[in-house]
Amino acid sequence: MERRDVIIIGGGPAGLSAARRLAELGVAATVLERDQQAGGVPRHCGHLGFGWQSHRRLWTGPRFAEQLRADSTALDVRTGHTVLGIDGNVLRVQNQHGINEMAANRIILATGTRETPRAPRFVGGSRPRGVTTTGALQANVYLQNFKPFACPVIIGSEWVSFSAILTCRHAGIRPVAMIEAKDRISAPRPGDLISKLIYGVPVWTRTKLTAIAGQPQVEAVEIERHGKRERIACDGVIFTGEWVPEAALLVNRPKVTLAGNVHGDLKTSGACWREGRAIAEQIARGSA
Amino acid sequence: MQRSFDIAVIGGGVVGLAILRRFATSGLSAVLLERGADILNGASKGNSALLHTGFDAPTGSTELACMQAGYAEYLAIHEKLNLPLVQSTALVVAWSEQEQAKLDGIMAKAHANGVADVRHVARDELRKLEPKLSPAAKAAVLVPGEHIIDAWSAPLAYAHQALAHGAVILRNAEVTGGNFSNGEWTLASKAGPVTARIVINAAGNFGDLVEAMARVSPFTITPRRGQFVVFDKEASQLVDAIILPVPTERTKGVVLFRTAYGNLAIGPTAEDVTEREMAATDTATLERLKARALDMVPSLAGIGVNAIYAGLRPATEHKDYVIEALPERGWITVGGIRSTGLTACLGIAQHVAKLYASHFGALPNPPDPIWTPVPNLAEDRPRPYMQGGEIVCHCERVTRGEIVAALEGPLPAGDLGGLKRRTRAMMGRCQGFNCSAHVEALFREKSHGAA
Ligand SMILES: Cc1cc2nc3c(=O)[nH]c(=O)nc-3n(C[C@H](O)[C@H](O)[C@H](O)COP(=O)(O)OP(=O)(O)OC[C@H]3O[C@@H](n4cnc5c(N)ncnc54)[C@H](O)[C@@H]3O)c2cc1C
Ligand SMILES: Cc1cc2nc3c(=O)[nH]c(=O)nc-3n(C[C@H](O)[C@H](O)[C@H](O)COP(=O)(O)OP(=O)(O)OC[C@H]3O[C@@H](n4cnc5c(N)ncnc54)[C@H](O)[C@@H]3O)c2cc1C
Repeated sequence: MERRDVIIIGGGPAGLSAARRLAELGVAATVLERDQQAGGVPRHCGHLGFGWQSHRRLWTGPRFAEQLRADSTALDVRTGHTVLGIDGNVLRVQNQHGINEMAANRIILATGTRETPRAPRFVGGSRPRGVTTTGALQANVYLQNFKPFACPVIIGSEWVSFSAILTCRHAGIRPVAMIEAKDRISAPRPGDLISKLIYGVPVWTRTKLTAIAGQPQVEAVEIERHGKRERIACDGVIFTGEWVPEAALLVNRPKVTLAGNVHGDLKTSGACWREGRAIAEQIARGSA
Repeated sequence: MQRSFDIAVIGGGVVGLAILRRFATSGLSAVLLERGADILNGASKGNSALLHTGFDAPTGSTELACMQAGYAEYLAIHEKLNLPLVQSTALVVAWSEQEQAKLDGIMAKAHANGVADVRHVARDELRKLEPKLSPAAKAAVLVPGEHIIDAWSAPLAYAHQALAHGAVILRNAEVTGGNFSNGEWTLASKAGPVTARIVINAAGNFGDLVEAMARVSPFTITPRRGQFVVFDKEASQLVDAIILPVPTERTKGVVLFRTAYGNLAIGPTAEDVTEREMAATDTATLERLKARALDMVPSLAGIGVNAIYAGLRPATEHKDYVIEALPERGWITVGGIRSTGLTACLGIAQHVAKLYASHFGALPNPPDPIWTPVPNLAEDRPRPYMQGGEIVCHCERVTRGEIVAALEGPLPAGDLGGLKRRTRAMMGRCQGFNCSAHVEALFREKSHGAA
C-alpha cells in the first residue's frame, strides 16, 4: 500500500493552497482530486471576483483556477482520483485503473460544499427540464456554452444568488425575479438595490416558492406572496445557496482536518485559499 | 423498415415490453409503439421496485396468478440478463392494538395465496431483527422472499432481448387511431402507419382511451398517484427488511424500503388524480412522508433527502387486472395493471401468450433465446467504476463509459430521463450540481442536438 505523510482530498483553492504551503515547509503532500482537472469550483465561475486575497489580482474563476494549477506544477496532484471512503488512516481511492488503498499520517479534507437542490427543499410540482442550481448553471454557461433557459426565477438571495444573476447576464438570460422567503435578502445590503437597479431583476421578499409547473420544460412557478398564491410564467428555476458540506466521507468519523468550504457555509475562494495555508502551517509545525 | 407485423403492442411500459419480449422470443414478428421519447414513460418509471410474493394480493385473482408466475420467471432469468435481486424479507408491522389484531388475517391470506413461510414476529424478536425501528412497533408478520429489484434495468433488458429477436421498438410513436379490416389492423401513429394482425393494448394510464379503438372500454382509468421521499445512502444501514404497514381497505399503505441503489425510501401515497401523464409531488405530502419515516426510524433524523418522485398507478374501477382477448377484433386488452406490474409483467406476458395461442393460433417453435445482459445498476453487485474509468457522476459513481454506452446501441436513451434511468447519473445527493452540465453535454453530443 502506498503511504504518504499528508494526503489532501480535493484539489480546489483550499486543497491546492494547503499542498503548496506544505511543500514550501518541507512536508510531502499528495492531492487527490476526483475531477479530470484541479481547481475546484472556480473553474466554472466565469465572472470576475477571484484572486485578490491570494495573488493581489482581479481575475475570473477559470483564470484563478489556472493560476492555482500553475502554482502546483511541482506538486503531487493526482486528478481523476476519487476518494471513496476513509477508514482510520487508510483511504480507498478509485482511478482510471481501479481501486487502491493509500495510507497517510495526516488527512486534510478539502472537498468543498454544494447548493441544496430542489428535492430536499420539497418543492413540489412536475419534473420538467430547466431546474438547476447556480453551480450547475455556471458549468453549463461557462464550460459548455449552453443556455438551459431564457427567463428563469432565482430562488434565494444569498451572495451566490447574485452570482447567478451575473451568469445569466453573461448568457443573455433574463431572470424574471429573485425570490426570498425571509423578510429581507440574505446577502448584505444593498444587494436588492443592485439587483433591481443595475441588473433589472426585481427582488420579492416574503415570497415562497410552492411548486414548479410545466412539461417538458418549466412553464411557470407557483409562489405564495402576501398570503396569496400566484402563478409566475418562467422557463427555468435556479435554486441558489443553502450550502451543504460535501462531507459524505465523514460518515464513519475518521480523523481528518477540514479545510475550506467543506465546513459548511460558503466563503470566498480567497478565504478558503488562506485557510488551506493556515492549516498547512499547523500541520507542518505539528509534524516538525 | 418493415411496417407489417404479427403483433403490435401499444405502450412501452414494463408490461408492454415484457409482452413484446415474450412474442419476439416465440418467433413472431412484433412491433411496440410508445408515445414517449423513450420507453418507461408512464407508471413504470416511478415505482417502489419491489418484487412481491403475492402474500397480500386478492386470492384467486388473475393478478395473483400473474404475480406468482412473474416472480418465478424473474428468479429464473435475472442472472442471464444481469438483473439485480437484492434478497430481502418484508415485515408487516402493527403499530397499534387494532393493527395487531389484524395480523392473523394477514397470515391466513398469505396461506390462502400459497405463501406458506410467513410467520408471526413478537415484539422482542422484532427489536432484535430491526433494532433501529421505533419501540412503538408492537408485532409483525414476517414475509420471506419479498425482494428488492430495480424498476429500470428489468424492462430495459426485456426490450433488448426483444430487439435481439427481431422486434421493433418505435418511440415518439403515439398511436392516434386504428382501423380493423380484413383481419388486419392499421394503426395511425406519430411515427407513421403500422399494420399488424393482432394489437395488444398495454397503454397503462391511457389504457381506456386506447381501448376505445376496439370497443367501448369496459374500464375507466383513474390514475392513483404515489409520492416518495428517498434518503441518502447512509440511511440504508438503518433498516434491513421492507417495512410494510397493516393495509387498510383502500390501500396497501406507505412502505419503508431499501432500494437497489443503496438508498432508503418511503412511499408511496395513494391519491386519486385526474392527470394521466405528469406525476407531480406536493410539499405537504412530502413532509408527511418524511415525518412518518422519522416516526418509524427515529435515527433517520439528520440524514439528508436525495430525491423526491411520484408515480401514477393505472387504477380502474375493477379490483383485478383486465386481461382479455377479443378474437373477432384481433385485439388483446391488458388494462389496469395497477400496483404490481413490475412483479407481474413476465407472468402477464405468459398469460397473454396463452390467450394468443388459444384464440389466434399456435405460437411458432421458439428459437434458442438470445440473452442480452444489461449494465448493472445495483449496489449489491460490482459496478463498473470499481474496474476503473472516469467517474462523471460522483454521487452515484457513474462512469463516462456507462453514460456513453447508454447513448449508443440498439436502444439509446431517448431523453435525459431515459439516460438517468439507464445509468443513475444525476440522481444522487447533489442532483446534478457537480455533473449535470457534463452529462447533458454528452447527451447533446451523442443525440445530435435533440433535447
Ligand atoms: C456559483 C458560485 C459562485 C462563486 N463566486 C465566487 C466569487 O465571485 N469569488 C470568490 O472568491 N468565490 C466565489 N465562490 C466561492 C468559491 O468558489 C469557493 O469558496 C471555493 O471554490 C472553495 O474552495 P474549496 O477548495 O473549499 O472547495 P471547492 O472549490 O469546492 O473544491 C473541492 C474539490 O474537492 C473535490 N472533491 C470532492 N470530493 C472528493 C473526493 N471524494 N475525492 C477527491 N476529490 C474530491 C472536488 O472535485 C473539488 O475539485 C463561488 C462559488 C459558487 C458555487
Ligand atoms: C407509486 C407506485 C409504486 C409501485 N410499486 C410497485 C412495486 O413495488 N412492485 C411492483 O411489482 N409494481 C409496482 N407498481 C406497479 C407498476 O409500476 C405498474 O403496474 C406498471 O408499471 C404498469 O406498467 P404498464 O406497462 O402497464 O403501464 P405504463 O408503465 O404506464 O406504460 C404504458 C405506456 O404506454 C404509453 N402509451 C400510452 N398511450 C399510448 C398511445 N396512444 N400510443 C403509444 N403509447 C402510449 C405510455 O407513454 C406508457 O409508457 C407501482 C406503481 C406505482 C405508480
